Amino acid sequence: MVTQDGSGPAILVEGLVKSFGEVRALRGIDLSVPHGTVLGVLGPNGAGKTTAVRILTTLLRPDAGRALVEGHDVVREAAAVRRSIGLSGQSAAIQEELTGRENLEIIGRLYHLSWPHARSRAAELLKQFDLLDAADRAAKNFSGGMQRRLDLAASLVGQPQVLFLDEPTTGLDPRSRLGMWDIIRSLAAGGTTLLLTTQYLDEADELADEIVVIDRGLVIATGTAEELKGRVGGDVVEFTVPDRSRVADAVTAIGKVGEGEPNVDAETGVVGVGVGGRGSEALIEVVRGLDGAGVETRGLALRRPSLDDVFLALTGHAAEETEETGGRRGRASKKRASKNRASKKDAGRAAS
Amino acid sequence: MTAVAAESGAPAAPSLPSSPGPLVRARWAVSDTLTITRRNLLVWLRVPAFLVFTVVQPVMFVLLFRYVFGGAIPVPGEYVDFLIPGILVQTAAFATFGTAIALAQELKKGVIDRLRSMPMARSAVLAGRLVADTGRMLVTILIVTGVGYAVGFRFDNGVLPAILMIVLATVFGLAICCISAYTGLAIGDEESVQAFGLIWIFPITFLSSAFVPIPTMPGWLQAFANNQPVTYVIDTMRALARGGPVEASLWKSIAWLAGIFVVFLPLAVRAYRRAS
Repeated sequence: MVTQDGSGPAILVEGLVKSFGEVRALRGIDLSVPHGTVLGVLGPNGAGKTTAVRILTTLLRPDAGRALVEGHDVVREAAAVRRSIGLSGQSAAIQEELTGRENLEIIGRLYHLSWPHARSRAAELLKQFDLLDAADRAAKNFSGGMQRRLDLAASLVGQPQVLFLDEPTTGLDPRSRLGMWDIIRSLAAGGTTLLLTTQYLDEADELADEIVVIDRGLVIATGTAEELKGRVGGDVVEFTVPDRSRVADAVTAIGKVGEGEPNVDAETGVVGVGVGGRGSEALIEVVRGLDGAGVETRGLALRRPSLDDVFLALTGHAAEETEETGGRRGRASKKRASKNRASKKDAGRAAS
Repeated sequence: MTAVAAESGAPAAPSLPSSPGPLVRARWAVSDTLTITRRNLLVWLRVPAFLVFTVVQPVMFVLLFRYVFGGAIPVPGEYVDFLIPGILVQTAAFATFGTAIALAQELKKGVIDRLRSMPMARSAVLAGRLVADTGRMLVTILIVTGVGYAVGFRFDNGVLPAILMIVLATVFGLAICCISAYTGLAIGDEESVQAFGLIWIFPITFLSSAFVPIPTMPGWLQAFANNQPVTYVIDTMRALARGGPVEASLWKSIAWLAGIFVVFLPLAVRAYRRAS
């Protein structure tokens, strides 16, 4: 048993297993998050990220394995765990009819602060989260970004030592997303231990000290962003095909150049292919191939690998390839994803 | 925005005791329930549509049955005296739609997840919901009684039976509230919850002695209408309001209501605990 004096990790997970009927959401996950660090849990929809967060926040019981938060077992000492955590989920869990201030004051009261305490804590958080101007308007009139900030503020009312953020930027516009990143960075700088799930690879790259890649209920890689990029072992040639109907032709045309299957984003028309150490040589071959096939491209470039490429290299499929597009490769993710109740429909969209 | 919570330091730091004793926990259970009750009542006051449904709709029903349908329905005595207890019970039952829908919404939005991940009393969300909704229901019942008085309804049996009638209507509403809370948490989808509510709340209120004397129904329907809790409760309320034998229907009402509490309160609590 890990003690609470800070000698053990803030979060320790061993052999965590959870099934929903026949669907095996988690198939034996191990995690360890040191105090004051940020762990990015990266994976596509249905990978098991939300299930893991729900177990760690005492909302679900695991079938097997154990999980400790601040040294407390999430099943046997759930009450102690709840006193040390904050949770901000995928949707804004706020009472829309009430004002931002009332939302935070009520949460404060439920943390058993006195009324004056709850009021001052709410005012403090509203100021810190740049919500003071809108504080006395009903939360339903807030923008999406403001609602998520209010939700995050609510998760901080009890001053948690460990904060769980389940896809904190899903569905946000790019500007709000950057604002959220700033907030998360300053929380981390303040010493809060953070576990952050995301399906956006750049987000994990930006925010996390350490990244765990989860796919189909298993941890398939662990490391820093740099270490994971090292796994791809080379450069990437990337370009955009403006005419989406020609994407397939482009992929055929460059078929023999790369060191693996090209990574294709059908929505944006971006195609990337790992070319190992043959950078400029491969670049010329790609240009010839595309020219020969008569496919028009934009922004052809040679670049260092991104985590997208890492994901492709690790799993054989792209991170964005979720239940919506995954069908053509016959993946069984549909069932899994449908078990994850929350609003994920808009998830893959902003992943560019 | 610059500094954020964690660095903000401790002016308002809630130092949560590591393991509160039973007395502290009991006090928290009460204060958490009151906080949730207050929140729910605030939401109710903020949404004009809720007020319309809780107040205007039952009043429309009173007027509709008093002046449109009532003349065609022969009953012993004045129809308005027959009607008001029935309307009150229907009002109480319909009010519980709000309970089921609100819980389903909170579940969907993640509000219940948030509350369950906090160190608050586990019972408070459900208890606060039942208290607030029962309070809301009592307000509606009093308004409808007032409107009833305005259109000719009278308590002919004294003050205490009149109060008992109001109490019985409220307790009945609370029992139905438990069923609705269970369906809201177990189904978890607002539209489905609403549709399901129609399927059971409409029949139990209309297939009763609420609006017409049961002997006017076909035999097979009488068998149902005569032996279901809504009829017992309404018959008791009529006897309390106008005088007449109370006991038989009162005991049956109490037995049914107790049965509903015993079955559905634990079911609702279990659905809350397992909500996901």
